[in-house]
Amino acid sequence: MNEIVIKTNKLTKRFGDFVAVDEITFDVHKGEIFGFLGANGAGKTTAMRMLCGLSIPTSGEATVAGYDVFKQPEEIKKNIGYMSQKFSLYEDLTVKENIEFYGGIYGLSNKEIKEKSTELIDKLGLHNEAKKLVSSLPLGWKQKLSFSVAIVHTPKIVFLDEPTGGVDPSMRRQFWDLIYEGADKGITIFITTHYLDEAEYCNRVSIMVDGKIEALDSPAGLRQTYEAKTIDEVFYKLARKAKRSAD
Amino acid sequence: MRALRFLLQKEFRQMFRDKGFTGRLFIAPAIQLILLPMAANYTIKNINIAIVDHDHSVTSQKLSQKILSSGYFKLADYTDFDSRANKLIESDKADLVLEIPNKFERNLITDNTQKTGIEVNAINGVKASIGFGYLSGIISDFNNDLRATWVQPERTNPLPTISVEPSFWYNPLLTYYIFMVPAILVSLVTGVAGLSAAFNIVKEKEIGTIEQINVTPIKKYEFILGKLIPFLAVGGVVFTVGLLISWILYGILPLGNIAVLYLFLYVFLFAILGFGLLISTYSETQQQANSIMFLFMMVFNMMSGLYTPFDSMPGWAQFVSHLFPISYFIDVMRMVVIKGSGLHDIRIHILCVFLIGLVLNTWAVLNYRKTS
Repeated sequence: MNEIVIKTNKLTKRFGDFVAVDEITFDVHKGEIFGFLGANGAGKTTAMRMLCGLSIPTSGEATVAGYDVFKQPEEIKKNIGYMSQKFSLYEDLTVKENIEFYGGIYGLSNKEIKEKSTELIDKLGLHNEAKKLVSSLPLGWKQKLSFSVAIVHTPKIVFLDEPTGGVDPSMRRQFWDLIYEGADKGITIFITTHYLDEAEYCNRVSIMVDGKIEALDSPAGLRQTYEAKTIDEVFYKLARKAKRSAD
Repeated sequence: MRALRFLLQKEFRQMFRDKGFTGRLFIAPAIQLILLPMAANYTIKNINIAIVDHDHSVTSQKLSQKILSSGYFKLADYTDFDSRANKLIESDKADLVLEIPNKFERNLITDNTQKTGIEVNAINGVKASIGFGYLSGIISDFNNDLRATWVQPERTNPLPTISVEPSFWYNPLLTYYIFMVPAILVSLVTGVAGLSAAFNIVKEKEIGTIEQINVTPIKKYEFILGKLIPFLAVGGVVFTVGLLISWILYGILPLGNIAVLYLFLYVFLFAILGFGLLISTYSETQQQANSIMFLFMMVFNMMSGLYTPFDSMPGWAQFVSHLFPISYFIDVMRMVVIKGSGLHDIRIHILCVFLIGLVLNTWAVLNYRKTS
């Protein structure tokens, strides 16, 4: 647990006068489930996009999987998986075709693609749906498929941006089973969420308020520091200070 | 390059799964090639003419009959009141008024000369000038008939006359569709292939899949080739379908070498797909792309020499339209299809379009960012 896979130092992103992410500094360890909490508009997605090489930071430093976000974004991309807020598999391709496509793009061999497809379809219980268009799947299944596709190339780190939004509680539970399974394989999980109960499932949690990281600790540590029974309470204590309105 | 294979496989799968796709590929060319040449017909018929006959003589009636039997004119009114004819022009019921004055026949016989008046409704300038042209032609023809019957032909003509005997090259019957159909095909290929490439990429932006692509280690050029190649194929199919339709419907077979046409087609597609790509890098939504495309297609169609002669534009406008790949293609189509020009004759066209394509594609690649 000691190897550091994400390291940031005063990482900042400005859009004009607006400081979306304000000098955030933190480390994430290998195999960790790192929760990234914050109200809407707190800057979670922007921070995540910088770490994925989708957005160039304004200032500060950051390395992901040992590569610099300014100089080596394409190297970072070989080592990470990403699941965005928007569902982003191809709805007009079948389950199998989506797995094949992303496997191919990440440079898996034909044999690996075949093995991965069978494995994923088995694990997700999608035998009957394998040849159906993704658009015909229910949302919860789509999200599970999306996650599995994001780690099809067994990346070092996977970034999940509100993966469980709009999904029912039992599906969320199943989704977290997949996350644990990934973490057991040594994949570092970086996850943003709205559901504060999900924060309890993380090894460590950071809470962002107005672009800054206000708190960072294990769930138990946070409850102790803020003398709260749940992470929920911790969050409200911190979020009350927010000046930015949610967008 | 392995990623390119998967990109292409994905594009073609999506293409054939799209229900409107075969329609765009076959039905759109058919409809356009059947309908548009009708609208772009410059032979004007059904010109409404009002004849004001103050003379009521045999000669004036003969003239009227000659005009009406020409097939270009429809009689709106036959009257002897000027005011009535003028009203017809005012109410748009007549395009032309021919005024035959009093003593028309008598003056012709005694004085050998007589003036007639023609009033033209010039709201539709094209119709007016062409109608006037037809009418003058018929009257001068009538004039010659009169001379032949009334004046004793002299053994030696005291007045030397020059008669012009036109011979029209390449399109001897001046058939409008031989001129229009190849050019409309160009506009069609631009629409179906060039623009769908732009919409395809913007659609990925809209649904968010492009972000998933941008976070993969895929190379920029792989992604762009993955988008260009399928539409090169589509362009080839649409063009072939169009050539077949123009052969079946209009009997147009290119006089020149078909291989030359296809060579130019692919140079052209390279340029126009680059343009589509460039638009897609500047638009976030399909509506945005659509409105930009609409503007450009209007300008392309109006300025490229498709409907109006290229050379009648002022110099600066000609220069501007020399920046559009479509102007070159229309020219090349007409040259190769109607005139039978070969590779050597269109080498400048190929070079220019290739350079335009190179600029557009480079600009697009530079402007497409995986990272913002």
